[in-house]
Amino acid sequence: MTTMATPTQSAPDATAPVYNPKSESAGAKRAKSIAFHVAALILTAIVLYPGLWMIASAFKPNSEIGGGNTSLWSENFSLDNFVTAMDGIGGVSTLQFFTNSLVLAIGAVVGTILSASVSAYAFARIKFPGRGLFFGMMIATLLLPFHVVIIPQYIIFQQLGLVDTYIPLLIGKFLAADAFFVFLMVQFMRGLPAELDEAARIDGAGHVRIFGSIMLPLMKPALISTSIFSFIWSWNDFLGPLLYLNTPEKYPLPLALRLFQDQTQSSDYGAMIAMSVLALLPVLIFFLVFQRYIVEGVSTQGLKG
Amino acid sequence: MTSSPTLSRRSTTSGPAPLRKSRQGGADARAGYTFLLPWLLGFIALTVGPMISSLYLSFTNYNLFEPPKWIGLDNYTTLFQDERFLQSVGVTVGYVVFGTPLKLAAALAVAMLLNSKRRGQGFYRSAFYAPSLIGASVSIAIVWKAMFGDNGPVDQGLSIFGINLGGWVGNPAMTMPMFILLTVWQFGAPMVIFLAGLKQIPNELYEAASMDGAGPVRKFFNITWPMLSPVIFFNLLMETIHAFQIFASAFIISNGEGGPAGSTLFYTLYLYLRGFSDFRMGYASAMAWLLVIVVGIITLIFFRTSKSWVHYSGDSK
Repeated sequence: MTTMATPTQSAPDATAPVYNPKSESAGAKRAKSIAFHVAALILTAIVLYPGLWMIASAFKPNSEIGGGNTSLWSENFSLDNFVTAMDGIGGVSTLQFFTNSLVLAIGAVVGTILSASVSAYAFARIKFPGRGLFFGMMIATLLLPFHVVIIPQYIIFQQLGLVDTYIPLLIGKFLAADAFFVFLMVQFMRGLPAELDEAARIDGAGHVRIFGSIMLPLMKPALISTSIFSFIWSWNDFLGPLLYLNTPEKYPLPLALRLFQDQTQSSDYGAMIAMSVLALLPVLIFFLVFQRYIVEGVSTQGLKG
Repeated sequence: MTSSPTLSRRSTTSGPAPLRKSRQGGADARAGYTFLLPWLLGFIALTVGPMISSLYLSFTNYNLFEPPKWIGLDNYTTLFQDERFLQSVGVTVGYVVFGTPLKLAAALAVAMLLNSKRRGQGFYRSAFYAPSLIGASVSIAIVWKAMFGDNGPVDQGLSIFGINLGGWVGNPAMTMPMFILLTVWQFGAPMVIFLAGLKQIPNELYEAASMDGAGPVRKFFNITWPMLSPVIFFNLLMETIHAFQIFASAFIISNGEGGPAGSTLFYTLYLYLRGFSDFRMGYASAMAWLLVIVVGIITLIFFRTSKSWVHYSGDSK
């Protein structure tokens, strides 16, 4: 619980100068600034430790991981674990798992962008009977534990002979089933000036044109946030593929990792952690590149990670 | 909602003929449903339909291969005599009750620490947020398992201080703290939301309070807490609902078994095992509906009690 003690104690001190700057001497100000950075850096070290330990372990020989090594450094760093990890598991190469994950994630992004933007336009810009009711229902699905639908959904897809295909995993994306993204886009569109569509309407433009040539281009920030998050959610999804995919050739990375864990059972920790690192790599790259979009998206829309 | 009514009203008054009003309305209705079609289809086929059929299935015995057999409330009554089910409820409730408040307390404390005009704030914010993006992944579950295993870095690190707990993963008493640490580690997402809320609080309030001689504790309880209450409410509601649905981490860390001694048998894991290992889909459907009812009741209680502690700006008028 050291993680929590540090910030709580120093928080009031650290923020005080901002509220009452005049009464502070320069020395006291600097002392508080140093205290802030010390607290923040200690916290950063604690928060980043699991990630750094994971990356360091991926380069360590097995004996050093199992031997309880807290350190992030080793004399024996090597790429061996990655070489083993790239071989894959169950006769399928890791490259294949990567491709599968990528196909699913890109499918999710395309489907979500198409379906959520169109549906959001209806909610935000067209007046039709039942709109308020449907909007309320959409909000309700945000709070609904999705476990209540997985069993019947599985039965339906099983009877349609679609188990072990990607269709059950992707169809929901093309039908705006992730209500969060619809909500995000509705909120964004409501912030755009109504005069825009009004003017276009007077010029005789229909909804298709208003949506396509006025709304979509203006919605770029919302579309980017949606793409980033639907990519990452799909990339990390475990339950969906676990339910629907049976043949290892079709597995995305999370399922492959689970297979790896099942078959090696802690005998090759190094390779397993190397593969975990590889599986997270695209997410980490996304994060580094789109950091601002991601953090802003969370703070303005309340998006979850 | 705010823009469209004014829009259609204005366009009808400025329209060339009175006839336009009804025609416009009809066209809008058609366009509305056309644009809404993807969501509407998904809502009916993937949410409402399945919800109704799982309600039906919850009153039956169904194993996917033979037709469902109606058994009335048997599934629900059996649930309360099923020790594994009761255990899964205990595990999940413990996780929600301890994990969520701790996570939110950490998020609020760190958000307050970061809410100042100092250099490096953006860096810290991003660094603290990162775990939220990957925390629920299989990769992190594997890492967590390795870190908290026998002789893992946590075990070794604690032994420096003379604490010898052994591996947490294999110790039924320590698996819950391990999962709680995993969720607290992901404090970044609510923290970012808190931070956005804190920035909305006008500085004058704190300045005036300082002038009146209020200390940091009074400022927190009299300004920060009430001003931030809508954000606290949002985070509390979303994180609680979210916590009930933990699955991937529990599945990976316990090899899909919920062990040791059932100490990681989270509700959704037990639901999965019943439905997709034992193919007792009626039973699993009853579990799913019970979860919906419980989450619904909790949401209702949250909204009811929120009136006494959540303050929206403009309330006082």
